[in-house]
Amino acid sequence: MPAVQLNNLVKTYNKGTVKAVSDVSLSVEKGEIFGLIGPDGAGKTSIFRMLTTLLLPDSGVAWVDGFEIVKDYRQIRNTVGYMPGKFSLYQDLTVEENLNFFATVFGTTVKENYDLIKDIYIQIEKFKTRRAGKLSGGMKQKLALCCALIHKPTVLFLDEPTTGVDPVSRKEFWEMLKRLKEQQITILVSTPYMDEATMCDRIALIQTGKILSIDTPENIIRNYPDELYEVKSENMYKLLKSLEGYDQILNCYAFGEFAHASFKTPSEADAKRYLHERGIQNVVLRRTVPTIEDCFIKFLKN
Amino acid sequence: MNTVIQTDKLTKRFGDFIAANEITLQVHQGEIFGFLGANGAGKTTTMRMLCGLSTPTSGTATIAGFDVYRETEKIKRNIGYMSQKFSLYDDLTVMENIRFFGGIYGLSDQELKDKSQALVKRLGLEKESNKLVSSLPLGWKQKLSFSVAILHDPAIVFLDEPTGGVDPLTRRQFWNLIYEAAERGLTVFVTTHYMDEAEYCNRISIMVDGKVEALDSPANLKKNFGLNSMDDVFYQLARGAKRGD
Amino acid sequence: MTCFTSWREEPKEAIKFLNMKQFITFLKKEFAHVLRDRKTLLILFGMPIAQILIFGFALTNEVKNSSIIIVDHAKDKSSQLIIEKIEASQYFEVEKTILNADQIEKAFREGTIKAAVVFPANFDSNLAHENKSQIQIIADASDPNIANTLTNYLSAIVQDYQVELTDNSLNPYQIVPQTRMLYNPQLKGIYNFVPGVMALVLMLVCVMMTAVSIVREKEMGTMEILLVSPFKPMLVIVSKAVPYLLLSLINVAIILLLSVFVLQLPINGSILLLFAESTLFIITCLTVGIFISVKTDSQQVAMLISLMGMMLPTLLFSGFMFPIENMPIALQIISNVVPAKWFYIIVKSIMIKGLGISGIWKETLILAGITFSFLVVSLKSFKIRLA
Repeated sequence: MPAVQLNNLVKTYNKGTVKAVSDVSLSVEKGEIFGLIGPDGAGKTSIFRMLTTLLLPDSGVAWVDGFEIVKDYRQIRNTVGYMPGKFSLYQDLTVEENLNFFATVFGTTVKENYDLIKDIYIQIEKFKTRRAGKLSGGMKQKLALCCALIHKPTVLFLDEPTTGVDPVSRKEFWEMLKRLKEQQITILVSTPYMDEATMCDRIALIQTGKILSIDTPENIIRNYPDELYEVKSENMYKLLKSLEGYDQILNCYAFGEFAHASFKTPSEADAKRYLHERGIQNVVLRRTVPTIEDCFIKFLKN
Repeated sequence: MNTVIQTDKLTKRFGDFIAANEITLQVHQGEIFGFLGANGAGKTTTMRMLCGLSTPTSGTATIAGFDVYRETEKIKRNIGYMSQKFSLYDDLTVMENIRFFGGIYGLSDQELKDKSQALVKRLGLEKESNKLVSSLPLGWKQKLSFSVAILHDPAIVFLDEPTGGVDPLTRRQFWNLIYEAAERGLTVFVTTHYMDEAEYCNRISIMVDGKVEALDSPANLKKNFGLNSMDDVFYQLARGAKRGD
Repeated sequence: MTCFTSWREEPKEAIKFLNMKQFITFLKKEFAHVLRDRKTLLILFGMPIAQILIFGFALTNEVKNSSIIIVDHAKDKSSQLIIEKIEASQYFEVEKTILNADQIEKAFREGTIKAAVVFPANFDSNLAHENKSQIQIIADASDPNIANTLTNYLSAIVQDYQVELTDNSLNPYQIVPQTRMLYNPQLKGIYNFVPGVMALVLMLVCVMMTAVSIVREKEMGTMEILLVSPFKPMLVIVSKAVPYLLLSLINVAIILLLSVFVLQLPINGSILLLFAESTLFIITCLTVGIFISVKTDSQQVAMLISLMGMMLPTLLFSGFMFPIENMPIALQIISNVVPAKWFYIIVKSIMIKGLGISGIWKETLILAGITFSFLVVSLKSFKIRLA
């Protein structure tokens, strides 16, 4: 029995004019790290709020840990851990006080489940008498995670835990999540950062309330339909503009240092010749492996 | 080549705390300059000084030729600004927003009329021009926001994490706008947490604990650190940071 | 109050202990929030002190030290006697001068005087020979209240003298009204104001602070987390109210101390009863605050409703600024729903009239009823989901 199961969930706002979640179905296995990957407005927060029983769906059913989200909301509320988006804890309570508070709210003590949060708490322990409001973004995250874990939930919902935090703290956060897997806690995470998708066991790509794909990151990449090339020259903008005019071009867009391009009938030699004719110097053009972001863009363009 | 931003040992102190420590940098006209750093590193403080919103404690700086101590009003009139937190008024229509901000920047009625029509056409928003901004998808809002920020043809535009939370396609469309504007001679000063966007810049600087710890083109930085990606460069520099926000 | 105590005593199987511990944890957190917010604490305690002092000293609808002139054309024994009495009164700043009618009018126009008393020549002799004489009292009625008050004072002084005169004469028919101002013989305004200020301050603090505190939790997002947890929603609400209950009682004590020692207001009734009734009123205000917080989602709206929706009716309908009896019937009926009105009556009854519970049981019951109704509606309206 999957830890979390959604069947055809629908959620609208504003008397049905805003379709936040359209017919979403997915299942999450116990102990998985499952990522909900999509930009703002995709419906991630709405889905999480329905699963944590804070919102009622318009239609469809879902179960968390075997409990139905509408009827059995009390049981779900007793057992899950939840970290809402942009969660800031109690700013004027200290680290210790916040942790103690959340432990008590769930009818346990910090001592009881300390080994669960030990690895994370150690990093902020020396600030334990500091007020939460005076912590850095990365430290607040760690504290919030501890507070969500302290009662040893069976399922953990983390809504955009890394948004607005610098790349270094983001990396560290995901490392902490991976170590939690060993505790057999099912973790659902939502994020707009595509590069974090590879840290998950399975992911669902979501945009404007609809699921684009559900699979392991590797499979999604493997299923990318075109041959993808990375192209580089001295001026990205000129390069892109030229590629756009190429009659063989299927898709091209910037991708950091390189541009990524796919062609109708790929021919490295032909492409290079075309660019050279356009005055683009020092072209580097070679096959590359797509990333989740490439897959997402491909879905969006369809 | 014109220097649009020139700073020399620009510093901002709050009591004992040095938020920005002797920032020295130059930004040339038409450059896309990436301003990176962890939260709490001092990016916002520095940007506020450059925008004329905060008086430095010491050091000098000129923005678009205007002195940051004595000519802040002239600076404000010659720059554009866009951030995630502040952009457009949700309860006004697209056209109303354009007219409002254009008016604030001192555009004449005729200029306003011409520019707003051109802008709406370029963004493909003709059908939406009388719709409330709140009804637009986030990506369109961002693009509109940027265009409004440069409506008055400023010398330089400051962008504070403009693409946070936006889908990958829209992000790239946004950067297309930035490229086009840079081609026309606009200087772009942008902060971001997306390391791939760092690659789109001509040069970038990375702030750690209030100081500029690196300033060069992405290619040179990677070469000097012997690393493959901007991600790794950033990680290397920011990892040892003592400060958070 | 009864519903609170019975809730706590009701056995709740094995998690009864859990509830107590949870509740105490919540209480500790709430106290921490309140005590660490220095600015709000300053307002909480500073406001009643400021209001008492302002109302007590600066604002009073008594009229003191009004400039008047006395034009004495008679300069005889009677006029002197009356003038002495007027000068002795603390209500007047007297300037004795000789002015004609035009000059008197000019002084009024310039606003240098509020009233004028003119004794005609032959004042005394007229009185002796014709048994009557006239005094002219002119007052600046552009403020009718002050004019009325001044002429009343002056007439009273003249009346006084008249009584003295007739005591000495042989006039057989005398009707002398003997007025006694019960409870407040000196007609001191503070007897009115202190109960009114108490009601106002308690109302503001309890309603606004409680409402804002709960709504802040919603705005910060921590309410979401509390909802997705085993705790009982009412715990949050009650635990937020408790610190304000204690702080308000301290406020009551401060107000009373200030009133008694600085403003010289006596407390004729039982202080214990006063505190008990204050506790009831505080709880009433807290439940109103809770009700507002359940119905609103933003701190701004909560504050606005508390200020506009609560302060204004309290000022208007409690009876301490404007007498309710003078209002049209419709408004009088509305005033019955305003808790401050009943509390005001209760406080006055205890402090000034010295009544015991037997004299105020009706008002107490009404307050308790209002509290209970708000509590029930709040409980029913509390949303266990976000939408």
